[in-house]
Amino acid sequence: MNLGCNNKLIKFFLTSLILFLLTGKSFSIEPNIFIQSTVNRASTALSESFTKEEKIRKLKNIAKETVDINGIGLYTIGKHRKKMTDKEKSEYLVLFEKYFLKTFSDRLSEYTNPKVSVNDSQKLNENYTIVSSVLVPTKERTEIKIDWRVYTKDPQNLLIRDLIIEGLSLARTQKEEFNSIIQTNNGEIDALFNSLRKFINN
Amino acid sequence: MKKILILYLLSILLAFNANAGTDGENSLSKKNQPVKDCFEGLNRGIFAFNKGLDNIIFEPAAKGYRKLPMPIKLGASNALNNLSNLITVPNNFLQGNLGNAGNNSMRFAINSTVGVLGLWDPASRLGFERIDKEDYGQTLGAWGVGAGCYVVLPVLGPSTVRDAVGSLASFMGGDPWYNVTVKNNTQHFTDFDYYASRATSGVNFRAKNIDAFDNLENNSMDFYASVKSLYLQDRQKKVSNSKKITNTLDDSDWEEIETK
Repeated sequence: MNLGCNNKLIKFFLTSLILFLLTGKSFSIEPNIFIQSTVNRASTALSESFTKEEKIRKLKNIAKETVDINGIGLYTIGKHRKKMTDKEKSEYLVLFEKYFLKTFSDRLSEYTNPKVSVNDSQKLNENYTIVSSVLVPTKERTEIKIDWRVYTKDPQNLLIRDLIIEGLSLARTQKEEFNSIIQTNNGEIDALFNSLRKFINN
Repeated sequence: MKKILILYLLSILLAFNANAGTDGENSLSKKNQPVKDCFEGLNRGIFAFNKGLDNIIFEPAAKGYRKLPMPIKLGASNALNNLSNLITVPNNFLQGNLGNAGNNSMRFAINSTVGVLGLWDPASRLGFERIDKEDYGQTLGAWGVGAGCYVVLPVLGPSTVRDAVGSLASFMGGDPWYNVTVKNNTQHFTDFDYYASRATSGVNFRAKNIDAFDNLENNSMDFYASVKSLYLQDRQKKVSNSKKITNTLDDSDWEEIETK
């Protein structure tokens, strides 16, 4: 009797475990919850108790998990992508990731305990949802509207592709800056690579 | 009234001139076409000059301004916002937005009197909410005139041909505050009042954005290009008078990378 009961228990646990493993990965998350959770993580990373170096390290880890760095890299290189060789693309994406993480963490590490309140979201299509939020005002600054372009193609792995601050897209600004560097150097993609290397090592 | 009529005709002529000799599609008529940097060399030179001027005058002034007590900064900001209604209201009318024109006229009347020359903002408490500012460049844009080339003006900073023409309209009778201070001798105001208000407005703007500017400069490889991009995005948003987020982006660019 005991043996039969144990077998049933083992079967029950094994079945539960298999079901959990099978279904555990299929949980999808709503874009606004994803953004709120991400900003909460960033806010914790920016708390006063950490040094600037610790803040930067934590922010970089959060960005690697939640931002589609390669996607933004491909977007920001724009029309020049078409004339790049595969080797150049690979080199570019490596440089871009380093550049992105440096600017991202540098920009945010100056803040301490920022409070972001997520309001609503607007589904653009199957691939994109815009999540609206505000950076709560303090004595030093007024309220700032921040919209997040969330890439939703894989509902189990949502990724941020753009930040739109007061209607101004950071990805678009970056794209136009990269294009300007290439254009002012006679269309040479190497000029951008050199600028990226110089910036990263600075 | 005569001046407004002249401005109206000037704008119509500008719009038609933009289409002369074309099929109606050119750089001044295509609303969402990228704005060309026709004078980039000169623009970069003026940008560098403005940056030098900023380092010597505006940034130190803005840093000093930030140290003023909050009530003084708030009062100055309110008064400048109140003055800006004098340009916003005629542009509300010109864009056919009578509701906003009425709201802003009431705001100006209440804040200039009850709010003591605009230092306080009792109008908001009375239900007349602050609405986005409008200018003649935005009105030209709302009428379908394209931005034209990107230009950097000495001291004043980033602009476009359309926005520069819009600014000229302010000096040709389109700005009642300019009219009563500089243009006409009204005995009540002097030139100093106008130029002091413009200078304070510049310092106030610089002070509000000091951290954002520093951050942008430190994280830009081409600061000129970043400022240009942000200015043009901001103007595109203001001209469209749209709160839609997607209007600030070209979605096709994002779709294109899906196929890669």
